[in-house]
Amino acid sequence: MQPQDLLYAKTHEWVHVREDGPDRFATIGISHFAVEALTDLVFLELPEVGRQVKAGESFGEIESVKAVSDLYSPVTGEVIEVNAGLPDKLETFQDDPYGDAWIAKIKITDEAGLAELMDHAAYQKQCAEEGH
Amino acid sequence: MRNTRATKLLFELSQPGRRATRLPEPDVPVVPLAELLPRESLAADPPPLPELTEPELVRHFVNLSTQNMSVDTHFYPLGSCTMKYNPKRNERLAGLPGMVDVHPYQAASSVQGLLELLYELQQMLAEIGGLSAVSLQPAAGAHGELTALLVAAAYFRDTNQRRLKVLAPDSAHGTNPASAAMAGFDTVTVKSTPAGFVDMEDFVAKLDDSVAVFMITNPNTLGMFDRQIAEIASRAHDAGALIYLDGANMNAILGISRPGDFGADMMHFNPHKTFSGPHGGGGPGAGPIAVNETLAPYLPVPQIVRDGDQYRLDYDRPKTIGQVRSFFGNVGVLVRAYAYIRTHGPHGLRRVSENAVLNANYLLSKVKHIFAVPQGDRCMHEFVASAARLKAEHDASAMDVAKRLLDYGFHAPTVYFPPIVPEAMMIEPTETETKETLDAFAETLFRISEEPADLLHEAPHTTSISRPDEVRAARKPVLSWQGPA
Repeated sequence: MQPQDLLYAKTHEWVHVREDGPDRFATIGISHFAVEALTDLVFLELPEVGRQVKAGESFGEIESVKAVSDLYSPVTGEVIEVNAGLPDKLETFQDDPYGDAWIAKIKITDEAGLAELMDHAAYQKQCAEEGH
Repeated sequence: MRNTRATKLLFELSQPGRRATRLPEPDVPVVPLAELLPRESLAADPPPLPELTEPELVRHFVNLSTQNMSVDTHFYPLGSCTMKYNPKRNERLAGLPGMVDVHPYQAASSVQGLLELLYELQQMLAEIGGLSAVSLQPAAGAHGELTALLVAAAYFRDTNQRRLKVLAPDSAHGTNPASAAMAGFDTVTVKSTPAGFVDMEDFVAKLDDSVAVFMITNPNTLGMFDRQIAEIASRAHDAGALIYLDGANMNAILGISRPGDFGADMMHFNPHKTFSGPHGGGGPGAGPIAVNETLAPYLPVPQIVRDGDQYRLDYDRPKTIGQVRSFFGNVGVLVRAYAYIRTHGPHGLRRVSENAVLNANYLLSKVKHIFAVPQGDRCMHEFVASAARLKAEHDASAMDVAKRLLDYGFHAPTVYFPPIVPEAMMIEPTETETKETLDAFAETLFRISEEPADLLHEAPHTTSISRPDEVRAARKPVLSWQGPA
């Protein structure tokens, strides 16, 4: 996936929304900016498949040598799949943050949260402000 | 001369038959172990313990100790940790026979002096905190947090209130949400404003009748006193919630303001920070808590009480949460806190805080010309500088600066905390440092900011170990001796 085609949450998760008939599915990861800011990663805790999450709710944790950070779900829905091999291959976050380092897929059940997501340009602007 | 070479492990130094001590021949009949212990309790082989001579053993530990940085050897501005000087007088007093040659199972009547000291310490901490009752039991600050939250939970249970949430700002110490989770609460994070204070709008929005406690550090982890505290407390109390004051930063306000007066219902003290107990070494710490009158019945037992001119341990407290630590807590560090408080007296303690704040502001006025201090020109006893510009323009991070400081004989400040400041360096000089030391530290920071990034990435250059592999240490820790490969 190309970063410019994705949507972003204020908390640095990226979202790719795929429509399949009446259903919509979100694939979620964290941005390159977030990976850089976290520095060396140590642990990743994935959400459980089947869990109902609300937009803005913490649904996992990522730990670097600096700190533990919550992962927030940018959308409301049910976790249908997680990238189970990712916690053992944390270097993937550096190598391919918008592809192989996807974290979870969520079946969207409610609009909540979607309207607050930013496009790539707006997200880049936020990152530029945070960087200073 | 200092031995800067890496010290071999005791196991690597071991040679069969070497001994530091030889015991005399026994003057009673020798009975084989097999006759004393059942077969299943006996190992087939003796454990592979290292065998060394006494000089080898002494050199090993003395050389290791010289690789340490401590407040006795270096300036140690580790923010939030208050690495203040530990007066040697306290060590002498804590080593008196009445303090060390006693046993917790002795009858209370035979340790009246020690009980009197602990009783008085309870009174003094209550006075300093502006609260009613104290428990000296908790063994560390975070243990104090947990104990106080258990006290709060007992209070809400006792009054039939179902409150399951604890609020804490995003600038809080990580121990706050951890303690809340341990005590069975869910934590909800309250945002900070760009200036670093509690975002009142967010706080009010999250405050309802499901909130048990708001945990706040004031002065906060950015080194600033949140003047909204009275309003925060009053709103929390109106909603039926309690205010917990994380006392980590008490070194800024001793004798100036009291948590109980600005609305705290409970708090902990860190004697190793505020009252000059020694840090680290894995040794016993203490985290006494103070609470208001309403919460006092729920405090841990035993409480040290006074009957006439006798002191005794009171276990008869029907509403108590029970015992959270064996005996009276870690008495050694409590004796040092007592000695420190008595040495300074009320006016002296106020001077301690005034000087801690003065030193931090002096250093801030110098450092802000080298690194941005996002939260402004004034601070309490510590401040948070940001290496974000150095990172962006020079490719050197707060971590690089911290590591390089070791080469210049300064301990690093706390880095990457609080997490709301990018490339944070939290600097706390404490009250006992001289102007010359503060000047030298600021000059060194400036010098480092001008050094080539490559040199900084490889720092420290003068220590026996440079940069341990933190990722591997966290992911694949080796926690015991593995034997020769």
